Amino acid sequence: MYSFDYHRPGSVADVAKALLANPEARLLAGGQTLIPTLKQRLAQPAAVIDLGGIADLKMIKRDGATLVIGAMATHDMVARSADVKAAIPALAALAGGIGDPQVRNVGTIGGSVANNDPAADYPAAVLALGATVVTNKRQIVADQFFAGMFSTVLDAGEIITALHFPVPKKAAYAKFEQRASRYALVGAFVADTGAGVRCAITGCGAGGVFRSAEIEAALAKMFAADALKGVKISVANIMGDIHGSAEYRAAMVPVIAARAVAMAV
Amino acid sequence: MPHVTMEVNGKAVKVDVAPSALLVEVLRRDLALTGTHVGCDTSQCGACVVHMNGASVKSCTVLAMQANGAKIVTIEGLSQGTNMHPVQAAFKEAHGLQCGFCTPGMVMSSADLLARNPNPSETEIRSWLKGNICRCTGYHNIVKAIQIAADTMSKKAAAE
Ligand SMILES: Cc1cc2nc3c(=O)[nH]c(=O)nc-3n(C[C@H](O)[C@H](O)[C@H](O)COP(=O)(O)OP(=O)(O)OC[C@H]3O[C@@H](n4cnc5c(N)ncnc54)[C@H](O)[C@@H]3O)c2cc1C
Ligand code: FES
Ligand code: FES
Repeated sequence: MYSFDYHRPGSVADVAKALLANPEARLLAGGQTLIPTLKQRLAQPAAVIDLGGIADLKMIKRDGATLVIGAMATHDMVARSADVKAAIPALAALAGGIGDPQVRNVGTIGGSVANNDPAADYPAAVLALGATVVTNKRQIVADQFFAGMFSTVLDAGEIITALHFPVPKKAAYAKFEQRASRYALVGAFVADTGAGVRCAITGCGAGGVFRSAEIEAALAKMFAADALKGVKISVANIMGDIHGSAEYRAAMVPVIAARAVAMAV
Repeated sequence: MPHVTMEVNGKAVKVDVAPSALLVEVLRRDLALTGTHVGCDTSQCGACVVHMNGASVKSCTVLAMQANGAKIVTIEGLSQGTNMHPVQAAFKEAHGLQCGFCTPGMVMSSADLLARNPNPSETEIRSWLKGNICRCTGYHNIVKAIQIAADTMSKKAAAE
């Protein structure tokens, strides 16, 4: 790897200061995306600022009707948390299905959401549950957070500190995974939120994670797998690659969403 | 040059490292612990798995600086003197290896599994090994080895 400076501040305020002093710096969370990116020289920051020294970001708590997850909570912590399992079991199951055990032991929810990989799992949960992304500067609702593949509305130097998930009535995530990479070919997160049904699709959106109006309309009439029979998804905004054509993925969207509905608790 | 202080296999170490150095580079090059292998260097194969503060991690995808203050256990630190760890003994007994390249990572990963789940089902074992790739064995004997190790370890725990 080419060289960079390394900082490990002890608080979010100190991270913000370090970012001001090093505008070319990148934040490091679990490193499961960033370190491979640095190795390939797809990013060459002058400095890396490690969030690993901030204990406050590594927490999970239930606060009334909201589940609060700190940005540095690992996938493994979320998968095993009694609070997450009780409040939103679908979220614990999603975290437990990311990558492999070693990725889950270090990869974090903040890193995954900030990265907004079009095939990542967490963005689907954030969008379907109508979560709020909390940063050191503001609170951003999910519908306004994701801004296309590998892109979000985060400003340069803005730090995600936590995610606030409203506890739904029922929810589930179904993932049709690419067998070698473990990433979703199609992933569907469905939630009966109490204020309506939401469905977010990952793995196949040409602009990254998206809400499916077709599926939400069908489920609003009846929250049941059968409601999705015959629902068609336009291929216009679906991406295809060597693992599956856009037509194939579009056809799989209602199938995977129906599986999620059938599992919802 | 910055340095890291870690406990590696029970011993305190202090090493000067470049900020871009990977944990696996420090283990293999600076500490001569070459039991930890590098198969892919792209976070896919699991040959480089070690324990960091008790959890299995891919040491090719952790900066040495991130391990500052951490407790690291590598394959060299798993046995008690000449007594092999039950997972190591079971890999030998069940012929859970052929060329042996993936084995250090397989053993470290399996030890983490059994520490969390002393009695895993075959499905749980296979699912846990998603991050460990073996080009030789076809996995059957690896799964068998982990089942044998689980058995030995629970019998030992019951006897204690
Ligand atoms: C083998 C393998 C398999 C994987 N499989 C899956 C999978 O099936 N599903 C899936 O969803 N993911 C998968 N991943 C990705 C994994 O979940 C990563 O952990 C995740 O994408 C990034 O999280 P991280 O904590 O490692 O972040 P890092 O790699 O440290 O950071 C990622 C990016 O986010 C930025 N960032 C990190 N934290 C913050 C913050 N708090 N505020 C603002 N910006 C921040 C960083 O600057 C960087 O640009 C896989 C990864 C590997 C290596
Ligand atoms: S060498 Fe680390 S995962 Fe392959
Ligand atoms: S024994 Fe050769 S790679 Fe596993």
